[in-house]
Amino acid sequence: MKNKSVSHINEKINWKDITPGGVITVSGSADEFKTGDWRTMRPQWIQEKCKQCLLCAPVCPDSSIPVQSKQREEFDYDHCKGCGVCFKACPFEAIEYIKETK
Amino acid sequence: MPIRDRMSGNEAVALAMKQINPDVLAAFPITPSTEIPQIFSQYVSDQQVDSELILVESEHSAMSACIGSQSAGARTMTATSSAGLALMWEMLYVAASNRLPITMAVVNRALSGPININADHSDSMGARDSGWIQIYSENNQEAYDNYIQAVRIAEHPEVQLPVMVCQDGFITSHSIENIELLEDESVKSFVSDYSPAFSLLNSEEYAAVGPYDSPAYYMEHKRQQAEAMKKSLSAIREVSRAFESLSGRKYDLFESYRMEDAELAIVIVNSAAGTAKEAVDRLRKQGKKAGLVKIRVFRPFPHEQIAAALSKVKVLGILDRSESFSSIGGPLFAEIRAALYPAAERPPAVNYIYGLGGRDVTIDHIESVFADLEKIQSTNETGQEYRYLGLRE
Repeated sequence: MKNKSVSHINEKINWKDITPGGVITVSGSADEFKTGDWRTMRPQWIQEKCKQCLLCAPVCPDSSIPVQSKQREEFDYDHCKGCGVCFKACPFEAIEYIKETK
Repeated sequence: MPIRDRMSGNEAVALAMKQINPDVLAAFPITPSTEIPQIFSQYVSDQQVDSELILVESEHSAMSACIGSQSAGARTMTATSSAGLALMWEMLYVAASNRLPITMAVVNRALSGPININADHSDSMGARDSGWIQIYSENNQEAYDNYIQAVRIAEHPEVQLPVMVCQDGFITSHSIENIELLEDESVKSFVSDYSPAFSLLNSEEYAAVGPYDSPAYYMEHKRQQAEAMKKSLSAIREVSRAFESLSGRKYDLFESYRMEDAELAIVIVNSAAGTAKEAVDRLRKQGKKAGLVKIRVFRPFPHEQIAAALSKVKVLGILDRSESFSSIGGPLFAEIRAALYPAAERPPAVNYIYGLGGRDVTIDHIESVFADLEKIQSTNETGQEYRYLGLRE
């Protein structure tokens, strides 16, 4: 089959080049599909209140709270859909949950 | 060496499936197609095929199993009729849009209601826009030949679409006729091994099938699917030519019978074409310029070729074995009138709804159609275009 990679599949691709039936022939390609623009509410990390307890990262259904060396980092807003689960999970009010303005 | 035998249409299709020796057959029984998986299950029990037989709990599950199996990289087939095909409705679209070359034997039977188990085309005509290629068969020989060709058409690299091969319930599915069969080895080499472009069980290359398609991509996929359907016309002809050199039996998108100088012509699908050819022969003996076109491929519809074949006819009668409730005629009538619209000159055309729910259609009925066409030709008055044939008024 032609068009095996997915890196060229974006909103500019024409009907001749898109993969037949939408089949995806590489793994881990969800990373390339930006879903952050679905968000209507936005979690905001307040770093000075954060105790790095890491209760937020594992509850995120979209793996949008990156953790490096046992420390959480800034939200991955390309994939965060704004569900608010992290905001509920945080015991230290270190995550605000505000209306998305785009 | 060709093998001469005699068998029913269902037996012929089951035998074609045995010779193809698919990886998987998933089916649920329904009259009048039940015999196909029943006979095939005997082949499985007798170890005459290598196939996995999946007995499911409904036709929705049958088609779902076919989709899973074909996606996994297995050559897969099934059989159904009427309500069974209707229950597959949702999955028919999934099979076609996922570009899975599944083949299916459809033994045409009326859709309820009122409930009826006999032949008409309301089941497959209802699925005409599902994205499946549709091939129709006049008799047992054609059902057998078409099924073998269907596998190669479906898997053609330019096509990659599912194909349904239709024949009339009971009229051909349960009637024993003489038939000429191919040798097992010939069928095996004609269909060759299935090598899918991608498959779920290919450990060398991962594949995910049927992902959600957002508005930004959906139309591009549908356009691409439509292109495959368009391209299948030439693929069908290519496979038909290859089949002719193997079997000596000629197939095309449709059959033109005594059409060379025909002034009055009818268009018909499936078994009633046999009856209608007899009527054409009788009229020819009386010196009348009667002819017949029998549609073999209804999806994709061969618009250009049909227009070329019919535009010079003086009067046209189009026979539909299903109602579409459009209030202006059946599905074949709609397609043919659309095909003729771009023609500079086009004949007046009338539509006959006939044979619903297994109602007999006789040579006399067809002769009465030609008598009507002759009257339209002589009076120049088309009158009511949307008619019923063999109905008690």
